Amino acid sequence: MGALLAADTLHGPKVDWFALTPLIILLGGAMVLLLVAALTPAWPKRAYALFTVAVGSAAAVMSFILWDRINHQGAKTLVGDAMWLDKPGVWIAITVCIGVVMAALLTDDYLRREGIDGPELYVLYLLAALGAIVMASANDLIVLFLGLEILSLALYVMAASHRKRADSQESGLKYFILGGFSSAFLLYGIALIYGSSGSTNLGKIESYFRLNPILDHSKETLALAGVALLIVGLAFKVAAVPFHFWSPDVYEGAPTPVTAFMASVGKAAAFAAMLRVLLQGLPHWAQDYRPAIWTIAVLTLVGGSVMAVVQTNVKRMLAFSSISHAGYLLVGVEAAAHNAGNGLSSTGVSSVLMYLLVYTVLVGGTFAVVTAVGRTGDGATDLAGFRGLGRSKPALALGMTVLLLAQAGVPLTSGFVAKFGVIGDAVRVHSYAIAIIAMVSAVIAAFLYLRIMISMWIAEPEAGDDAREAVRVPALLCVAITLSVGFTLAIGFFPDWLIHAAP
Amino acid sequence: MLDVVWLIPALPLAGFLCILLFGRKLGDPKAGYFATAMVAGSFVVTLGVFFDLLSKTAEERHHVKTLFQWVPLGSAHIDLAFLADPLSITMCLFVTGIGSLIHLYAIGYMHGDPRFSKFFLYLNLFAFSMLMLVLGSNMLVTFLGWEGVGTCSYFLISFWHEKDSAATAGKKAFVTNRVGDWGFMMAMFFAFWAVGSLDYSAINGAAASLSVTTATAIALFAFIGACGKSAQLPLYLWLPDAMEGPTPVSALIHAATMVTAGVYLMCRISPILNVASSYAPTIIAIVGAATALYAACVAVAQNDIKKVLAYSTVSQLGYMFLAVGSGAYTAAIFHMVTHAFFKALLFLGAGSVIHGMHHEQDMRRMGALRKLMPITAATFIIGWLAIAGVPPFAGFWSKDDILLAAYDKNIVLWVVGLVTALLTAFYMTRQVIMVFYGEARWHDAHEEHGAAGDLGVSAHGDLEPHESPWMMVTPLVVLAGLSIVGGGLNLPFKESTERLALWLEPVVGVHTSTTAKLPLALVAIAVGLVGIAGAYAVYYFKKVKPVEPKILADAWGYDRAVSAFMGGPGRKAFDGVAWADAHLIDGAVNGSGELVRGAAGQVRKLQTGNVRNYAAAIGASVVLLLVWFVVIRGLL
Repeated sequence: MGALLAADTLHGPKVDWFALTPLIILLGGAMVLLLVAALTPAWPKRAYALFTVAVGSAAAVMSFILWDRINHQGAKTLVGDAMWLDKPGVWIAITVCIGVVMAALLTDDYLRREGIDGPELYVLYLLAALGAIVMASANDLIVLFLGLEILSLALYVMAASHRKRADSQESGLKYFILGGFSSAFLLYGIALIYGSSGSTNLGKIESYFRLNPILDHSKETLALAGVALLIVGLAFKVAAVPFHFWSPDVYEGAPTPVTAFMASVGKAAAFAAMLRVLLQGLPHWAQDYRPAIWTIAVLTLVGGSVMAVVQTNVKRMLAFSSISHAGYLLVGVEAAAHNAGNGLSSTGVSSVLMYLLVYTVLVGGTFAVVTAVGRTGDGATDLAGFRGLGRSKPALALGMTVLLLAQAGVPLTSGFVAKFGVIGDAVRVHSYAIAIIAMVSAVIAAFLYLRIMISMWIAEPEAGDDAREAVRVPALLCVAITLSVGFTLAIGFFPDWLIHAAP
Repeated sequence: MLDVVWLIPALPLAGFLCILLFGRKLGDPKAGYFATAMVAGSFVVTLGVFFDLLSKTAEERHHVKTLFQWVPLGSAHIDLAFLADPLSITMCLFVTGIGSLIHLYAIGYMHGDPRFSKFFLYLNLFAFSMLMLVLGSNMLVTFLGWEGVGTCSYFLISFWHEKDSAATAGKKAFVTNRVGDWGFMMAMFFAFWAVGSLDYSAINGAAASLSVTTATAIALFAFIGACGKSAQLPLYLWLPDAMEGPTPVSALIHAATMVTAGVYLMCRISPILNVASSYAPTIIAIVGAATALYAACVAVAQNDIKKVLAYSTVSQLGYMFLAVGSGAYTAAIFHMVTHAFFKALLFLGAGSVIHGMHHEQDMRRMGALRKLMPITAATFIIGWLAIAGVPPFAGFWSKDDILLAAYDKNIVLWVVGLVTALLTAFYMTRQVIMVFYGEARWHDAHEEHGAAGDLGVSAHGDLEPHESPWMMVTPLVVLAGLSIVGGGLNLPFKESTERLALWLEPVVGVHTSTTAKLPLALVAIAVGLVGIAGAYAVYYFKKVKPVEPKILADAWGYDRAVSAFMGGPGRKAFDGVAWADAHLIDGAVNGSGELVRGAAGQVRKLQTGNVRNYAAAIGASVVLLLVWFVVIRGLL
């Protein structure tokens, strides 16, 4: 009997359920939506989307409460050291929730327009968000991998969810195959790190390498190969050059709201995970991985902006633009690697986190416009589809112009504040070369955003333009665009509070 | 009054927003009057601020109005703030003053254009951006305006984008300007890194404590930015093409205001320039002098009435940089102001001619217009005398100041400046004679040289040139008046008459010279007169000898006359420069654009859409990464 009691006391770690509420809300919301929608007749118009918005908002509110709690009680680990409850994690949770809300607002009318209405996509959003938050808060490589797979599997299905478009199916399959390929690398990297350090826990990995600075040769090789493969897996997720090949095809083929979700939530989670792995787990190897990050960042910056110039499809352009944004974020990561010993309080981390939040809102609004312009069939996303938008829908074109200017990093928009942050941090740690390259690529990339603006405002109408289906901006889409543009300008004019809030 | 300095840019912004919302309802011409009123209001406010500054002592003439704190930087802030000091208010005065005249003119010029209100929308947005540029109290606000004027310029150049040439010209302007923008950004980052602030007062205040290398880097990067915006070698080539835009745009943006932004920037950070290693100002002076001479040569071989003025603008901007490089900032600003008067006048006059000639721009099809367009002709002639450096017109005084400074810097620069002055007088005289004197050639011209149809203007047999309406003529008269008396701003007789120098001294310091001014001035006058006389001889020679029907019938005779005057080799050299400009340099720019496209096209082939290839590429990258980590970092 005594032995049994002892076994009971050993049973599992102590769980701070309250700290997990955002995750529980997302999971519960997804389950309720899936089950109830399966048992009831089709819900009225907009109900699925509004339900998702409510769940996402509730999770965000809980995250704010947790934020406040961290302010008072400090950061700590959860669930037996497997996850963090800290400001960067909660920041990303809020970012992810915003991404969910934006995506849900975009999806509502889209599904009805395309004749594929149903709750499934919303359920996947919520589950993917759950995975993203787990990934971003993980303090253990296995947990990180768990989160990544929850997120990725949902994304594969989402990308293929437009049953009527072959492009969509193709993009889902491509993403799945290449994603599986890269996950294998990541997993192998985890195994190698485990082999050399004896743990998958980031804190323990860090202390092992710190306490044993001189490893024997085979262990060192093992660890270095592990670092390389972890970088491969994460660089694939953030679509950094040369691991970016999937992203233009997938972005173009996936339903536009899903593309928005992928670009925002997927990127936010992957970058948070990258920061945790590199800075919290492997600061010992900073001298080794910093040049690799530097090279990848430069390739990503230049590749993203140069390739964008020759595209004619706006979704593809935005895919390359998203790649070049990943380049800027990597500039911040590179800056952080200069003082990796400080973990997540290194210079550069807060700029990256702020960039992710700003970019999530920005990309949500941009793809909202693309969703509207895509028209029935989601096919009219080439530049010609935007022709004459300035005449037929001036307000929509104006909003898009603001968002594009922000993506280009023009002052008085949030995009400028974000880019200024990461480049400023690069300058602060004396990484001048990368700062200069980042500025050059900003100069090149401006051309891409300008091309879209020219299509909207200047390009002459051509024969047959009037015969095209009119662009509709339904209520929820309008809300999404308004929120996005409002936030972009508000942060552009008053970036102060956000910069101070960023952890 | 100083506190309302924010109203100066706010009024055009309000105009922009109102026209954006109600432009179509206002229509032609009300939208134009509204836009003009906004800029004129801005001018009135500027006047108020100006008199307020005047009433203070020289040390107190520096007022920063912070609207709000903008980008936090550690403990400091970059604010959205405006700086009212002699330099910025001088700029504002002529930007808003000339700006409102050109707005008024544009009401007449653009009358009947289907996108009338849109034109004024851009024009007001431009005025707003330009005022942000000059009023910004830190480099970031200036940069905001800098980007804004670039974008507006781009939109306005391609305003008539139905013409392919206009759309191409717009693109070219955009691309070359981005090179300049990069220079500005680099200067900004260096300044921020070295000083920890972007405020001009902080940067200029810290100039003395900067290392020479840092100061040189900031100055030269800013100069790259200035080269792009102010059309200096080798980045000038967008400006001649920019003439595809409507003429009021050429006058406002590409002559009077935007293109002077680079000169303004250099004057604004002049303390940095003074600290920089001595080769930095020398480079600036050489680039300025070279641009001045080069563009003046090209201008001699042009036949498009606006192209002559465009190259002339490039050349005059070169003078301003020559002054900056010689340390004579006041002279640069002085010439900027007088140039704004007479070049705006010349452009508007040319626009009036083009308007009267029903969009004919080829000077070979003009002639004898002074009787049909008396006011335009009279004012244009005043502009010509001003730019040719005839005393007492405005251009003489400011050009003389620059030549004096160049003489102090290096005698070679002075000689280059003199030769440029000679060419300037020559090509402007040529233009005046071709347009306003000689035979009327607008009826028969198209038959004789149908090849000139490359300008895209069809024959107009019953064309009757006419004088322009009052809103186009009034600005001409006002600007002509200013071109006559503008020199009074800064007369070199004694210290108290150098009003502009005294006024600007707290900002840019003062350039002292011990050289005797009178002999230099006499040489300059003589050179100007020789240029005029030369051109007169050549072209008047044609007029008084009508017994040579071949040459008379052949409008190319003008060019032949040029050949006769300049001699075969001279003619070839000018043609060569013009040819190189049109082919080699343009080709190089277009070529590098093609190169980027081509390279991207090649890379694009990697993006096959084939998953196997993608996986292979990822695999190869993994191998490279492993080589780096395991082999290079681990084993070696």
